[in-house]
Amino acid sequence: MSPRGEPTVVPEPEFRSYYGRPILKQPTWKTPDVPLYLFLGGLAGCSAVLAEGASLTGRPELERVARLAAAGGAAAGTVALVHDLGRPERFLNMLRVIKPTSPLSVGSFVLASFSGLAGAAAASQVTGLLPRLGRLAGAGAAALGPTLATYTAALVADTAVPAWHEAHRELPFVFGGSGAEAAGGLAMMLTPLDQAGPARRMALAGAAIEIVAAEAILRRGLVTEPYRLGRPGRLMNAARAATAVASAATVLAGGRSRLLSALAGATYVAASVATRFGIFEAGLESARDPKYTVVPQRERGRAAAAR
Amino acid sequence: MTTARTAPQHRGTPARMGFFTDTSVCIGCKACEVACKEWNGIPEDGYLLTGMSYDNTAELGASTWRHVAFVEQPARQATDLGMPAMGPPAEPTDQSGEIRWLMSSDVCKHCTHAACLDVCPTGALFRTEFETVVVQPDVCNGCGYCVPACPYGVIDVRPGDGRAFKCTLCYDRLKAGETPACAQACPTESIQFGELSELRKRADLRLTELHEKGLDVARLYGRDPDDGVGGDGAFFLLLDEPEVYGLPPDPVVTTRDLGSIWKHVGAAAAAVVGMGVASFLGRRR
Repeated sequence: MSPRGEPTVVPEPEFRSYYGRPILKQPTWKTPDVPLYLFLGGLAGCSAVLAEGASLTGRPELERVARLAAAGGAAAGTVALVHDLGRPERFLNMLRVIKPTSPLSVGSFVLASFSGLAGAAAASQVTGLLPRLGRLAGAGAAALGPTLATYTAALVADTAVPAWHEAHRELPFVFGGSGAEAAGGLAMMLTPLDQAGPARRMALAGAAIEIVAAEAILRRGLVTEPYRLGRPGRLMNAARAATAVASAATVLAGGRSRLLSALAGATYVAASVATRFGIFEAGLESARDPKYTVVPQRERGRAAAAR
Repeated sequence: MTTARTAPQHRGTPARMGFFTDTSVCIGCKACEVACKEWNGIPEDGYLLTGMSYDNTAELGASTWRHVAFVEQPARQATDLGMPAMGPPAEPTDQSGEIRWLMSSDVCKHCTHAACLDVCPTGALFRTEFETVVVQPDVCNGCGYCVPACPYGVIDVRPGDGRAFKCTLCYDRLKAGETPACAQACPTESIQFGELSELRKRADLRLTELHEKGLDVARLYGRDPDDGVGGDGAFFLLLDEPEVYGLPPDPVVTTRDLGSIWKHVGAAAAAVVGMGVASFLGRRR
């Protein structure tokens, strides 16, 4: 057992350090700003896709809910990101250059374009003004949505933080799945049953992808141990359990009971929030303990020497 | 996508400048820390007693651009490092209770492939004509991306100010043809400043010299241009494993995997499109 009381997964490895101090700096990104943004970006991006599908297949209620979710999520996410800056008044410097080597630079352009388009589509939907332009803006938002929902995985993976970087192959799928789960879940809460079928199917598909991808992360050994232990471990476990319960309820009664459908939808949204906070905090923990920096780098060195 | 790049060599471009910190002659006087703070006008960042030997500076950060580490170890071997000494030569000791003191002045590595620079979304971090890496404080908006990107844990955001700061390798002094403040103040030439190619030759000679004296534990750190960050502009001679000094044993620039990262993001985005399409196929409800 570890000092925290959880069963340890692997024996504590031997390693040397400078008075046990961290080698990496803790990310200065604030909680809840950044994990909340990870959630909102996924919700907004996948909601835009849902809205476009609803528009094309003639489901006006679903379209309205999803358009508002896309616009609201993007706006709230932008506020969270700007609030997280050390110098918020300089937020426009984000658009000063375009750098493919910086996921935050690429993401800022995606978020800015998406927010404008999703906002215009939602405004047109609510006011009934300029319907053609609104439709066009909605299609643009749907085109950018999948990128908005998944680029945030590149944002955290493109760092030296071991638990994030070593999971860079799986995190985009966790984020995309979690975003679909959130968008589908929110639409299940707010849309009449007869129009919510696509929302239910999107949430179920997202949940499946998320659970499989998150499980694959755990198989990456010591570096991803923080996803299992302590508070991040509890958040990840709660998210997985909530996702399973919501999926069971959706399959069994999602199309029949409005109440159960809404409850399952709310559970999906909560699970998506918990997943983002769990991933964020697991990264912080892996930067805090020098073990996660030293041991994998030593193993890499030994493996290279053996070749 | 590859981040590998060598700065274009124009005629008249100054040579790449750097530091070679030879920790075998560091005496732990902290003159480098003081000179750095004074010259760069860096605010104080607390008067904490850490309990870590003589090290109350603790780590590099937004307001600490040189940090002298003090490591106390049971003495294993006594080797004449060519330092001035008093009294009789020390006997090789094992269980005598004597300690070996390792001191090392750490600094920003000014990596060839610098993750902080790669991920900076505003362009505040840039590479100078001396191939050093510097933050422009008038551009930085404090997004903090450089902080977890650095594989050495060097750069940080200054609380109360909100922007990121780190060693500039005294960019202002270099432009005036001067030596950086820390190297200027170092009384034992543990911190050597100069053209990187010249420093590498000097370091190789010093390493050979120490190995010939039987100090097999001596090693160069950050010297190799083929390592995970393409070699450091500020590299070191260490007397133990890097992690003992709080340095990562095999750092890799995170953007080396950026191609794979974007590829997986693209595949996941396609999966979201697929989920969207599939959700609307078939049934009417």
